[in-house]
Amino acid sequence: MNEPAQPKLRVATTSLAGCFGCHTSFLDIDERLLELLKHIEFDRSPLTDIKHCGPCDIGIIEGGVCNAENVHVLREFRANCKILIAIGACAINGGLPAQRNHLSLAEVLEEVYHAQHGLVDGFIPNDPELPLPLDKVHPLHEVVKIDYFIPGCPPSADAIWKVLTDLLDGREPELGHDLIHYD
Amino acid sequence: MINTFTLDGMSIPFSEGQTIIQAAMAAGVYIPHLCFNPQFKPHGSCKLCTVKVNGRQSSSCTHQALSGMVVESNTTQINDERRMLLQMLFVEGNHFCPSCEKSGNCQLQATAYELHMMSPHFDQFFPDRAVDASHPEYLLDFNRCILCSLCVRASRDVDSKNVFALSGRGIKSRLIVNAKSGLLADTDFCGDDKAANVCPVGVILKKRIGFAVPIGQRSFDEQPISASPHPVMKEV
Repeated sequence: MNEPAQPKLRVATTSLAGCFGCHTSFLDIDERLLELLKHIEFDRSPLTDIKHCGPCDIGIIEGGVCNAENVHVLREFRANCKILIAIGACAINGGLPAQRNHLSLAEVLEEVYHAQHGLVDGFIPNDPELPLPLDKVHPLHEVVKIDYFIPGCPPSADAIWKVLTDLLDGREPELGHDLIHYD
Repeated sequence: MINTFTLDGMSIPFSEGQTIIQAAMAAGVYIPHLCFNPQFKPHGSCKLCTVKVNGRQSSSCTHQALSGMVVESNTTQINDERRMLLQMLFVEGNHFCPSCEKSGNCQLQATAYELHMMSPHFDQFFPDRAVDASHPEYLLDFNRCILCSLCVRASRDVDSKNVFALSGRGIKSRLIVNAKSGLLADTDFCGDDKAANVCPVGVILKKRIGFAVPIGQRSFDEQPISASPHPVMKEV
């Protein structure tokens, strides 16, 4: 008799204040993605273009929190995902976007949209559809509880594979010296 | 008769006057540390090298080895506390590894890898700290200072220059430069100084040589910091 098929784990991914480098590194697991797809199916993700996160087993979030929309998306993931993973330097400590934390938001907007050399008649965008930037950029764990972290800028495909396969096999994820790095 | 104590069940020989960490290093056993450097008198401030001596916690860099003492170092409880010290150091400063020249050669980073620090856990302080680029050959990036005082000790005890000092107290402690202007360019600091080559993190950096060693070939890319009892940094 055939064994009943294991239900696939639902996985959602998103990039907040990130560069999609961690997602690119995730895709670098290459043909192992086919093996992974035997055990998981994607919910909201740039890979599916599903716009909202439904109930999921695992949520993977790249990037820190830099605007109001990031906060809403992060809370939606936390409300729907049993396990939430912060992936990459920006999600874990703010990373590159947080380098603006030493400047006032007004200064940043003024420089980028108005004063910078080469801009003609520049103005600070104020369309109501644009999410409002936060005063400071924050790592994810300052806003919601994060269960696991995969450091790196970006983490290697092997590190991502190790954490996901550990979780799929019911182990506590653990990265050895060859897989843990902050740069 | 050889004097010995036990460290995590191993018998460690020592000679009169040696501290626990000195004897452990001589025996090839790694105890995590940041402000300790075997070339200098101990400072006892980072507390990473804390061990349990006969059941009581003590800094192994300042505690003299005594015959028959029972020392515990590599235990879950002590490593959890060491990791928390590292997390506090990371959030108190601005440690943005991807843009740091010292990445891969940094003792703070390598010790955090060793102790499986997966996140900073606490809220980031994001402190505002200026960079001193006044010196023609050296840069001071105070964002990464962990107040280990190795540059202070090196400049005072080896170079006899007193270029650096720690100022302030508690969370307001900071590294300062001994010049009326507060700038490194207005001191007699030079690249041959011991103080120029002792920083365990990325504060005191020689200009124009950053990122010369590719990722994969840096000090702690190949082997963890625990592989050598006191790490010898690659010349950069």
